[in-house]
Amino acid sequence: MKRPVVSVMRRISMLSLILLPLGFANAGQGDDLLNARCAGCHDLKGPAPTTVQAIWERKGPDLFYAGNKYRREWLARWLQAPVRIRPAGMFYGNHIKPGPDGDEIDQGSLAPHVKLSGSDAELAASALMDKKAKSDLIKPGEYHSGTISKSMGELMFDKFRGCLACHEIEPGYGGSSGPEVYTVAKRLQSDFLISYMRNPQAWDPKIFMPNKHLKEQDLPKFVDYFKVLSEEDFK
Amino acid sequence: MSRVLRWALFPLLVTLHCGQALAAETGKDLYKTYCWQCHGMTGNGNGINVRDMSVQPRNHSDAKEMSARSDEDLFKAIKHGGQSINKSVLMPPWDGVLSDDEIHALVRYLRELCQCRHG
Ligand code: HEC
Ligand code: HEC
Repeated sequence: MKRPVVSVMRRISMLSLILLPLGFANAGQGDDLLNARCAGCHDLKGPAPTTVQAIWERKGPDLFYAGNKYRREWLARWLQAPVRIRPAGMFYGNHIKPGPDGDEIDQGSLAPHVKLSGSDAELAASALMDKKAKSDLIKPGEYHSGTISKSMGELMFDKFRGCLACHEIEPGYGGSSGPEVYTVAKRLQSDFLISYMRNPQAWDPKIFMPNKHLKEQDLPKFVDYFKVLSEEDFK
Repeated sequence: MSRVLRWALFPLLVTLHCGQALAAETGKDLYKTYCWQCHGMTGNGNGINVRDMSVQPRNHSDAKEMSARSDEDLFKAIKHGGQSINKSVLMPPWDGVLSDDEIHALVRYLRELCQCRHG
């Protein structure tokens, strides 16, 4: 006997009634977790600060374009075992004090990051990777890997371009107002790195990283250099 | 709210809103955000970033050094970087984030820090 079409349809829709919520529940759970435990410090919606006062008050990096910025594997790993990335915190001005040899980082003002369980970290990482604001600034596949020696990379980063003023190229060596760059290739997507170095203010209009007007052909060389640094396995 | 009142309030609110958006940052607030990192909280050239620098940032509280610089040179160094006035590449160009008005406000603030004028 042929089954009536209606009955088959009913079965399918019954099945999807059971399966669909599983998928949604996952996405929903991740977003719920972000809203409950992360939104107090991280902007999940945008836009980025448009005044310097808002820069001072920002408690954590903006995450509303996380899917265009971070490497998923790194997110899931770091959230379970977070370690410091910005030696002087989010807005360095809130974490410094005068010392005998000049300004010092006020270590006591820097709190450790919340740590997630393995399953929560996976949920959060997936929900973060879905946040794809500002996709117009990314040219997918723009970065083509090349080779650069560590010494040539350092020459570019330090002597020619003065980036070392604000970024550490190994633990304890370099400037401390910006994020360390010796782990950046592990943390961030290559196409994002190129886009950010091309114009930091396009992502974050008031950020205190200057636009150094780098040559287009030099942008991938910086990424090559970051990859060399990330192989050193400092952390 | 009466209709008359609403029509009267509308232009006022628009003006307030635009005023807020256009309000330039003060030289002091800009200095704290962008300059403290290298020139230090007091402008003495000893910010948190100087430890591994090959050239020390300018001490902005040094009246003798600072009076040797014209306002035009200070403006140029901030806007286009140290190399534009034959100084270090470590002083970056800030034209990507600061407007000319904001850079003028910074030059005025530098004159407060050094308590000095050119010449
Ligand atoms: C108390 C404030 C606070 C809370 C709550 C918080 N964070 Fe953070 N988060 C920070 C700060 C500050 C940093 C910068 C750490 C550094 O640079 O060393 C950071 C960094 C990060 C980074 C690295 C981003 C980057 O660009 O370096 C990720 C990813 C992140 N947080 C995700 C989360 C998630 C997911 C949650 C919720 C489970 C969360 N955070 C809760 C303050 C917070
Ligand atoms: C005056 C300080 C300063 C200088 C000089 C500077 N940067 Fe940055 N850089 C920053 C800050 C601040 C950030 C963003 C911090 C944040 O998002 O919390 C940043 C972010 C970055 C990032 C993204 C890193 C991350 O973890 O999010 C890269 C890549 C980078 N800079 C490369 C460079 C290069 C290449 C140069 C030289 C051409 C340079 N920077 C010069 C301050 C600086």
